[in-house]
Amino acid sequence: MRIDGMGRVDRARVLGFTFDGRRYQGFAGDTLASALLGAGVRLMGRSFKYHRPRGPLTAGSAEPNALVTVGRGARAEPNTRATMQELYNGLASVSQNRWPSLALDLLSVNDLAAPFLGAGFYYKTFMWPKAFWEKVYEPVIRRAAGLGALSGQPNPDRYEKAFAFCDVLVIGAGPAGLMAALAAGQAGAQVILCDEDAAPGGRLLAEAEAVDGRPGADWTAAQWEALRAMENVRLMPRTTVTGAYDQGSYGAHERVAQHLADPGAAPVECFWRIAAQRAVLCSGALERPIAFRDNDRPGVMLAGALRGYAHRWGVAPGRRVAVFGNNDDAHRTARDLAAAGLEVVALVDSRHDAENRAGDVPFFPGHVVSRAHGRRGLSAIEIRGADGRRQRVAVEALGVSGGWNPALHLTCHLGARPVWSETLAAFLPRADAVPGLRPAGAVAGALSTTSCLRDGAEAGRAAAADLGFAAVLPAIPEAEDAPGRLRRLWAVPGRGRAWLDFQNDVTVKDVKQAAAENYASVEHMKRYTTQGMATDQGKSSNIGALAILADATGRDIPQTGTTTFRPPYSPVPIAAMGAGAQGQGFAPVRETTSHAQSVAMGAPMVEAGLWYRPSYFPRAGETTWRAACDREVAMVRGAVGICDVSTLGKIELVGPDVGAFLDVVYTNRFSTLKPGRVRYGLMLREDGHVMDDGTTARLEADRWVMTTTTAAAGQVMRHLDWVQQAWAPGMDLRFVSVTERWAQFAVAGPRSRELLNGLLDAPIDDAGFPFMACGPVSVGGVAGRLFRISFSGEHAYEIAVPARFGASLFEALVARAEALGGGAYGMEALNVLRIEKGHVTHAEIHGRVTAFDIGFQRMISPAKECIGKALAARPGLVEESRPQLVGLRPLDGQSPLPAGAHLFAAEGAVTPDTDLGYVTSTGYSPTLGLPLALGFLANGRARHGETVRLIDRLRGAEVACEVTDPVAVDPDGGRLRG
Amino acid sequence: MRLSCPLCGERDRREFTYQGAAAMVDRPAPGATTEQWSDWLHLRDNPAGRTRDLWYHEAGCGAWLVVERDTVTHEIFGTALVGGDHAD
Repeated sequence: MRIDGMGRVDRARVLGFTFDGRRYQGFAGDTLASALLGAGVRLMGRSFKYHRPRGPLTAGSAEPNALVTVGRGARAEPNTRATMQELYNGLASVSQNRWPSLALDLLSVNDLAAPFLGAGFYYKTFMWPKAFWEKVYEPVIRRAAGLGALSGQPNPDRYEKAFAFCDVLVIGAGPAGLMAALAAGQAGAQVILCDEDAAPGGRLLAEAEAVDGRPGADWTAAQWEALRAMENVRLMPRTTVTGAYDQGSYGAHERVAQHLADPGAAPVECFWRIAAQRAVLCSGALERPIAFRDNDRPGVMLAGALRGYAHRWGVAPGRRVAVFGNNDDAHRTARDLAAAGLEVVALVDSRHDAENRAGDVPFFPGHVVSRAHGRRGLSAIEIRGADGRRQRVAVEALGVSGGWNPALHLTCHLGARPVWSETLAAFLPRADAVPGLRPAGAVAGALSTTSCLRDGAEAGRAAAADLGFAAVLPAIPEAEDAPGRLRRLWAVPGRGRAWLDFQNDVTVKDVKQAAAENYASVEHMKRYTTQGMATDQGKSSNIGALAILADATGRDIPQTGTTTFRPPYSPVPIAAMGAGAQGQGFAPVRETTSHAQSVAMGAPMVEAGLWYRPSYFPRAGETTWRAACDREVAMVRGAVGICDVSTLGKIELVGPDVGAFLDVVYTNRFSTLKPGRVRYGLMLREDGHVMDDGTTARLEADRWVMTTTTAAAGQVMRHLDWVQQAWAPGMDLRFVSVTERWAQFAVAGPRSRELLNGLLDAPIDDAGFPFMACGPVSVGGVAGRLFRISFSGEHAYEIAVPARFGASLFEALVARAEALGGGAYGMEALNVLRIEKGHVTHAEIHGRVTAFDIGFQRMISPAKECIGKALAARPGLVEESRPQLVGLRPLDGQSPLPAGAHLFAAEGAVTPDTDLGYVTSTGYSPTLGLPLALGFLANGRARHGETVRLIDRLRGAEVACEVTDPVAVDPDGGRLRG
Repeated sequence: MRLSCPLCGERDRREFTYQGAAAMVDRPAPGATTEQWSDWLHLRDNPAGRTRDLWYHEAGCGAWLVVERDTVTHEIFGTALVGGDHAD
C-alpha cells in the first residue's frame, strides 16, 4: 500500500508494469519491489528448497527472497533482485521456482516433507539404491529446486568492459562516502565515487533525521551536485564495487541501462577494472534479522527496510505494523511509521530494561516475537513475555532488527579476517586488510550519522594527503549522534522452524543439527547446510548462523570464526565480465592482404593461430578438396604456383652486431653470411629441444630480416628479446616485428622466374640471383624484396612488398601464373609439397624433438656457443634409440597413412611397450602417385628400407609401410637450382 | 594486479607475460658440468614469501623484468630491467 504524503517517488509520473501477467502501476523512482508493495503485493517468490512463499526482506542488494525474471524471450534476465530493479514503463516480470503459479505452488509439498529434507539430506536420503541417483533422485531434485531459468537463446544485449584510473576511489555514497569524496575532491585528487544504488545517499534516503538542518535526502542532493561540478570527481551511480584485488585494483559492476525500457545503443551492463592509488570503503552496514518460528512470512522484513520503504518510496506491506528488535535503532521504525500514520500495534524489544524511544506506541520490553502466522502473507504475530505468556496480535507487516553488521566484505578479499567487537556484537574490518584501503563510517563501526560524516571526511582527507595533495578537513554538518545500544539476540527459542538463510532454506535447527553431527567448523557447517551459499552469499544470515553454531558448540564467536568472503560482493553476469568476447569477439582475426581475393576465388579459409589462410582454390569440375589439392601440387611441380606466406613471422634486425647475435640464437653460424644471401637456421630452447626454424636474409651489411614459422612468431620474438636483454645487452643491434608490414608471396615452380621477369621492373637471371640469394627489386615502381628460397622444393622465390600493395600484387601474380598454366595454391597443397620434400613444420618440431631427432645435429656448430647447445648434448637427447624423422609409404601403394597413428615392428605384439614411433604428417603425393607420411621411428635413420606396421586403433587402420628417407622428391635438390 | 615497468610506468598485469623464477638469469658458463646445467634448468625454489621472478612486457615495450614480490601477501617490492639499465 502507498502511504499518503511519504516517499520521494514522482507521483506525477505513473509507470505501468506487469508481474506474472497482471498489470500494475508504480511511479518514477520506484524499484520493482517498492512498486509491488505499493500495489499491495507482498508475495514475490518461492524459496529454493521448500517452495515457501516469500516477500522482500530488504530494500537493497542483500535481498535473498524477492528474485524475479525481468524481460521477455531472449532478453529475460533471471534472478533479478526486485529490490534493485528500477521500475520503467512496460517492465515485464515473472516470479520463479513455482508451478503452476506463485500463489498455488504444487511443489510446496516439499515443505510438508521438510523433516526429511534437513541439513545433509542429500548425503543421507538418496544413497540407496545406488543406480537411482542418476536416473531418479537427481532429476527430481533438480526439477524441484532452483531459481530462475535462462532463456536458452543467444543473449542479444550489449555488454561492455572498461578500465578507469583514479587517485582516490570512494566506495559508497552514503554520508561517509559523500564526505570522503568531497574532502579528497577539494584537495585536487582524481576521485571516483561509486554507489550500487541508483540514487546517492545510502541510509540518508531511508531516515527521518536531518543533516545540516535539512532532510537527509536534500542534503545528499546538494552534496551530489557539488561533487558533480568538480571536474576531478567522477560519479558512478548504479555501480557496485564487487572485488578488491592486488595493487589497488578493484572490480566494479555498472548497471548502465538495466533501468531503461530501451537501452538504445548503450550497453545494459559494464564491468569496470578500476586502478586506484587509495580507496575509502564507505559501504555502510547491513541489518540482520532475529530468527523465530516462521519468520519468513511475506510481510516480515528488516526494520530498517520497513522504515526505508516508507521514507524513500512511501510504501508499506500493510497498515497494521509491528516492530521487533533487540536494539534502539529498531525504535526508529516504530516511531517513523507511527508518524507516517500507520497503525503501530506493537514495539517488541527483547531487552527488559529498554526504554521506549518511539513515542506513543504499545511497547513490550522484555518480550519477543515467537511466531508469525499467515501462509501466503503475514496475518498475525505471537508475542511472548519473559514469563512465557503469549498473545496473538493481528498485523500485516513486521519489522525485525537484530542489529547491524558492517558491510566489510571487500576488506576480506585479499585474505584478511575480520575482528569481532563485543561492544557492537559485530565483526569489524582490519584497518590494514587491503593495502591502500581505509574503511570509514558504518563499515568501520561508526554507527551514528555524525560519526559517519566525520569519519568519511577524515578518511577522504587522509587519502588525498597521503598522495601529496594539500587537503583540509571539510566542515562537518550537524546530524544525529545517538549512540545505538544493543543486547544480543540471534534466535528466539521455541518449537518449529526459524529461518536463517532465506534463499537456501537453512533453519536454526539445521545449524544445530550440523553441530550435533560434528560439522562444528564454520566451513563444514556452511557446506553441510548450504548456509550462505546462495546468490546473496548469506549477507543477512551468516553472522546469525555462526553465532548459533558458536552457542551449539560451546564456543564464543571469535573462536568459531567466519567463513571467507570472496569476490564478487554481489552477482556479476558473466556476460559483463566477458563483454566483447562472444562470437567473433572470442579471438582476434588476422587476415592477410590476399584474404578478400582468396574468399572471392571460393577458397575455404582455415585457422592458423589467429590467421586465416586459404585451404585450396577450387576450380570448375573439382568436386573434392583432393582434386583441387592434387591439381595445385602438379601446378607447382609443372608450371608455377602462388601462395600467400605473409603469416610467417618477420623480424627485421639492424645493427653491426646482428651477425654475432644470430650466432647466439641459431645453432649454425650466421655472422659469415654475405649481404645478399639467405641462410636456413635452427633455433633451440635452453633445454636443447628445437624451438623454431626458418630463413634469415642479410639484405645489407647491417640490415637483416628473419622469418619464423607462423605458429612460433610470438615465441621467437619473446625469445630474441630475452636473449638480447639477458645475455647480450652490450651488443649493438635493434629489432622489431614487421610481420604485418610486408605482404609476402611464394612464387614456386619451374616457370617462376619467367613469371617474375614479366613483372619486375628489371629482369633477374640465375647468375645474378642464384638459389639462396636475396635483394631489393622494383615491382611496378614499388620497392620490394626478393628471396630465392623454396619450401616446396621447386625453383622458387618469395617476393615481399609493403602490405598496402599486397592485394594488387597477389592479383597480378595469380593472373600471370594462370597464364603460364599455374595458379594460386593453398595450405593443403603447401603441406603436400613440403611432405614430398621432407621439410619439417611444427607438426614435427612439436617441442619434444631435438636437432638430432630431425637429423639436423650437424647444424649445431661445434665452433661456437649457442642457446641450447650445452643441454642438447645431454646423453639422453642424442641416443640412437630415440625416435628419428623418417618418411613412410604404404607397401600396397594406396592405403592412407593417418597422422597420429603409431608404428610397430612388422610382426609381434602391439602393446605400449613395443611402440616404435608415430606419424606426424600425411598426404597423398600426386607427384609419386601414392600416400606419403612423415613420422618419428626409434632408430629410424638406420631403418630405411625396413617394413613397419602403422596402427591406428581409433580409425581402424593397419598398414604395412616402408621406411624411407624423409625426402621423397628430388633428393639431390637439382630442381632448386638453375 | 599491477606491475611497474621501469620503461613504461605502472600497468595492468594483463600487459605482462609471466615466465618463471629469476634464477634463469644466473646461467652457467659454457664449460659448466651437465649437473650444473641440469640444476639451472630444472631446480626451482617455491618460497612462501619473497621471490624474484621474470615477467615480459609483451603488450608493451618488450622489456624483460625481474619482479621481486611476496607470494603470500602479493606485495611487490620492486621491478628492474633484466639486463640492468642498458637503455640508451
